[in-house]
Amino acid sequence: MPPVIRFEDVVKRFGDTTVLSDLNFDVAPGERVTLIGPSGSGKTTILRLVMTLEHLTEGYIWIDGKPLTHDRRDGNRVQLKQKEVAETRKQIGMVFQHFNLFPNMSVIDNVTEAPVHVLGRGKEEARERALALLDQVGLKDRADEHPSRLSGGQKQRVAIARALAMDPKILLLDEVTSALDPELVGDVLGVLRDVAESTDISMLIVTHEMQFARDVSHKVMMFDGGQILEQGAPADILSNPSHDRTRKFLDSVL
Amino acid sequence: MTDNLEALRDALPRLGEGVAITLQLTLGGALVAFIVSVVFGLLSISPAGPLRWVSTVVVEFFRGTSLVVQLFWLYYVMPLFGVSMDAVLTGVIALGLNYGAYGAEIVRGSINAVDKGQWEGATALNMSPLTRMRRIIWPQAWVLMLSGYNNLLVMLIKGTAVALFIGLQDLGYQIDELRVDTATIFAYGIGLLLYYLIALAASTGLRALEKRARRRLGLSAGSVHASAGAAL
Ligand SMILES: Nc1ncnc2c1ncn2[C@@H]1O[C@H](COP(=O)(O)OP(=O)(O)O)[C@@H](O)[C@H]1O
Ligand SMILES: [Mg+2]
Repeated sequence: MPPVIRFEDVVKRFGDTTVLSDLNFDVAPGERVTLIGPSGSGKTTILRLVMTLEHLTEGYIWIDGKPLTHDRRDGNRVQLKQKEVAETRKQIGMVFQHFNLFPNMSVIDNVTEAPVHVLGRGKEEARERALALLDQVGLKDRADEHPSRLSGGQKQRVAIARALAMDPKILLLDEVTSALDPELVGDVLGVLRDVAESTDISMLIVTHEMQFARDVSHKVMMFDGGQILEQGAPADILSNPSHDRTRKFLDSVL
Repeated sequence: MTDNLEALRDALPRLGEGVAITLQLTLGGALVAFIVSVVFGLLSISPAGPLRWVSTVVVEFFRGTSLVVQLFWLYYVMPLFGVSMDAVLTGVIALGLNYGAYGAEIVRGSINAVDKGQWEGATALNMSPLTRMRRIIWPQAWVLMLSGYNNLLVMLIKGTAVALFIGLQDLGYQIDELRVDTATIFAYGIGLLLYYLIALAASTGLRALEKRARRRLGLSAGSVHASAGAAL
């Protein structure tokens, strides 16, 4: 089986600033990988590249062996059309630090919107699935409310249900608890642990919650200046890092 | 004063006709301006360079040249090319193009003011650009647009008085006629009042729409311009 995500010689520049230079890594099907590293080391950029929210400057990203935004054809790098990108992107979902729920619709409509209007599922079918997902995240009784009436932790759980409603193969989580009051973090992480245990969705996780990273991820990658400083099993990297920088970083977040 | 009132009573039917013309120009002009503003506002944020360019040129042209001159062109010059229109229709089109050009800026600005996270959230759900605009961005931009449209509509109502230049007997014209039989201050006072009432009615209607739209987004009914969606 091909890796579910492959970064091949990925370069990302913003103007004159090179954020990622010749980055290579693979994520195996069903694998959950946590990215750690100091602020500005490029973690968010990696997730945003996979979600096609940033333009890939050079290199290739392969999803399930297929090109995401750029393909190699006859030795040339060619940019794919919107339609082709969408075909691959439908397997990818993302949860954001600031939720990004749609304020122009109710909680349940947030969850059914894309299944109905992107995947073309029936309204009833989408609604049943959405209710089951809202139940899974503990918010079934809030289905018909407006999202502005929910707490941050509840909003984030709706955002998780919304992403899951698209049946993604890959889920990208970018500091999903960083904007929450400390007492709300636990519920959101609980929901994510549950998703990790009950599905084989591959995940790229950026988090400062080291216990969570240790529990749910198969692999931890430590980034520094857009490069992988070291990677390995969470127990190894988080308990016995071989680099000073990793140790310093871990001390700073604990 | 009794003379003034008597003259006003005699002039009422004509004033009524004037109000009718002004309302036709207002409603027709507003409708055309709305369509023009949406079309060119959307073109101005199109990913295709040539479309953006066309929009910029058209918007700048109609904003940068005088409404009166545009009206003259439509009414007196176009017939030389075999295109002649009824005066009210000419007024409606001129007002629609001119105020629509300003409206395009309102549409563009409102769409750009929708929180970036909303665009990204929609993309992460694999929405096509069209679905994203129609289902997510436009409904949120709409709330922001309404207050801009409110100002623009009031300006358009005042702008309908240019109809005088192509011989239309609108409210402005009839007020001027009234002046012949009454004190100048009286006639123009009536004029101020009638234009104000029309503007007030239009403005109240749009404000009600805006309130309803804000409530739908879960925003308070006040007119604080919180960027929609920022905290969701
Ligand atoms: N849109 C952007 N324009 C310019 N520079 C950016 C942009 N986004 C990110 N960067 C830069 O890229 C680097 C990596 O950022 P980011 O991926 O957000 O890091 P992290 O998530 O690890 O904190 C930072 O130096 C940041 O300033
Ligand atoms: Mg980040």
